[in-house]
Amino acid sequence: MKIAVCIKQVPDTEARLRVRKDGRWVEEEDLPFVINESDNYALEEALAIAEQRGGEVVVISLGPARVKDALRKALALGAKRAIHLADAAFDGGDAAATARALAAVIEREGCDLVLTGSQSDDAGWGSTGSIVAGHLDWPHAWLVMGLEVEDGGSAKVTREMESGMNEVFRLQLPAVIEVQAGINHPRYASLKGIMQAKRKPIDTPTPAEIGLSADGVGAAGSKIEVLDVAFPSSGEGAEMIEGDAAAMVATLVEKLQREARVL
Amino acid sequence: MSRTVWILLQLRDGKLHRMAREAITAGQALATAVGGRASAVIVGHETDAASQEAAAFDLDAVWVADDAKLAAYTPGAFVGTLVQAVRGAEVAPDYLVAPHTYQSVDFVPRLGQQLDAAVVPEAVSFEAADDGMVFRRPIMGGKLQARVRTRGEGLAVVTVQSGAFSASDATAGSADVRALSIDFSTVAADREILGVEQVGGDQVDLSKADIVVAVGRGVGGEDKMQPIHDLAEALGADIGASRPVIDNGWLPRDRQIGSSGQTVAPKLYVAAGISGAIQHLVGMKSASCVVAINKDASAPIFSVAQYGLVGDLHEILPVLTEAVKAAKAS
Ligand SMILES: Cc1cc2nc3c(=O)[nH]c(=O)nc-3n(C[C@H](O)[C@H](O)[C@H](O)COP(=O)(O)OP(=O)(O)OC[C@H]3O[C@@H](n4cnc5c(N)ncnc54)[C@H](O)[C@@H]3O)c2cc1C
Ligand SMILES: Nc1ncnc2c1ncn2[C@@H]1O[C@H](COP(=O)(O)O)[C@@H](O)[C@H]1O
Repeated sequence: MKIAVCIKQVPDTEARLRVRKDGRWVEEEDLPFVINESDNYALEEALAIAEQRGGEVVVISLGPARVKDALRKALALGAKRAIHLADAAFDGGDAAATARALAAVIEREGCDLVLTGSQSDDAGWGSTGSIVAGHLDWPHAWLVMGLEVEDGGSAKVTREMESGMNEVFRLQLPAVIEVQAGINHPRYASLKGIMQAKRKPIDTPTPAEIGLSADGVGAAGSKIEVLDVAFPSSGEGAEMIEGDAAAMVATLVEKLQREARVL
Repeated sequence: MSRTVWILLQLRDGKLHRMAREAITAGQALATAVGGRASAVIVGHETDAASQEAAAFDLDAVWVADDAKLAAYTPGAFVGTLVQAVRGAEVAPDYLVAPHTYQSVDFVPRLGQQLDAAVVPEAVSFEAADDGMVFRRPIMGGKLQARVRTRGEGLAVVTVQSGAFSASDATAGSADVRALSIDFSTVAADREILGVEQVGGDQVDLSKADIVVAVGRGVGGEDKMQPIHDLAEALGADIGASRPVIDNGWLPRDRQIGSSGQTVAPKLYVAAGISGAIQHLVGMKSASCVVAINKDASAPIFSVAQYGLVGDLHEILPVLTEAVKAAKAS
């Protein structure tokens, strides 16, 4: 079984963000990047399926040169090969443009199953995997908390619903499964894995090599344009209590007793 | 040129979903902003009660696709139906508006792809600008907001975030209920539904808790949870958590608060090391008093908190625990 996993590299959720000079995105210089949270779970799920049922895992990521680190990490965890859509033409795309490129690569690869995360922690479209599935004309499921590949070309899928319920259904493979964080316990890379990863191939096709024109991908191929990004105005916001720990706590306790009357 | 907005109404147990009513408010407002009119669209089976509910709003029409194939939601059947509805419409819609529910997010991007539309997920507001509509949506887990615009003239599909528009602001009226003409022979489910199950057995019910001490990823690890337990004990509180705490196995799943977990409304909610992503906020924003403790002064949790303390929770919580004990003793 050949499984493709789409991973996105995103700013670490712990990182201090600054708005870029042109106002259209965050300043990436000095920003620490990590693999998107739900994508770690998607990768683990793929590696476990490949181990159980036989097969190989190919990781795909679209993004600038820094994305190599994320791909190396995935290779160290056990992916066999990586594909890096690194051409500048791919940059700045919305979910539609990114998914178009990912789908073209997957088509060229010929995969039996595609796993993605459910939502990226930066742009947060929550859409890319579903759109990939649309291009491939495969079934998909978003927010998957359980995946069981069955004999005979189907999979049993558990999907999260609101307020603590899951729905369970079966779909036919090939399919795109958009994994939700918490589905499994991602492994850590071994030293051996890290060493091996250095020798594993990372392919970097251009748009033309995956059969797309440069104006069909990236910002040029997008339907959504980001005008600017900003910290939301705090609105009413919290009353901020200042001082060292002791002073803050003293003020807080008094307010909880006198104002809020909850103590 | 007059613009047409279609509001996709999600049903729940044969009635309008709470967020469908918010989508009506949003869709009506969008229609006003673009100088057009809104209609509603209902996709499902045995939809009479829901279409009557929808007909009581100021809408041009309530369009209904009702078929046994739509009794259970599947993206295949819903997308297949809606693609036909849009392509076959007498007056093609310029905007589709849907509530940003887990069901919408599952099929709306694919609907957008099939219709070659621009998809704007999780809009919290919009405004008319010189060259079209500008939508605001959260990015970076709610730490930032982006203003986005759709390029080109084509169809735009917008999902609206929970709570961004108030259901009670929808304008009442009276609309005709009309059947969409759909060829259901080409509509097919792409999932075989097997059932619904409760997550994690639901042993703990936090919905009636008076005081909740909630812990987030900022606590830093399973071995660093003691200050949370100590504060909870001093306050007589229940312990809740954000999703990563659960995903990492630091607490069991039945402690999760948020859109995929429990909804709480305590009189006091202490959020420690929680950034305040919308999926968490929807589970706790009806708390009467929220105290947020976070080392990042720009964390969105402070926007819903009554009192905010910027600092390391591992320094603050032990002091707070002692102060609570002292206050209770006196
Ligand atoms: C479909 C979907 C459903 C979801 N459902 C839920 C849900 O039900 N519930 C939920 O909670 N989330 C849910 N999420 C996840 C949600 O989007 C956020 O990722 C999550 O809420 C973030 O959790 P957090 O605030 O603990 O972690 P982070 O966002 O990583 O924030 C950690 C915070 O801790 C602070 N911090 C770090 N160290 C310290 C310290 N020493 N002292 C004080 N502060 C510190 C940081 O400044 C930061 O603000 C869902 C996501 C999706 C896509
Ligand atoms: N640039 C990218 N490269 C590879 N995968 C991506 C990229 N963007 C999004 N994805 C995948 O699509 C999922 C959903 O992302 P999004 O639609 O941006 O919320 C992510 O979790 C990834 O698995």
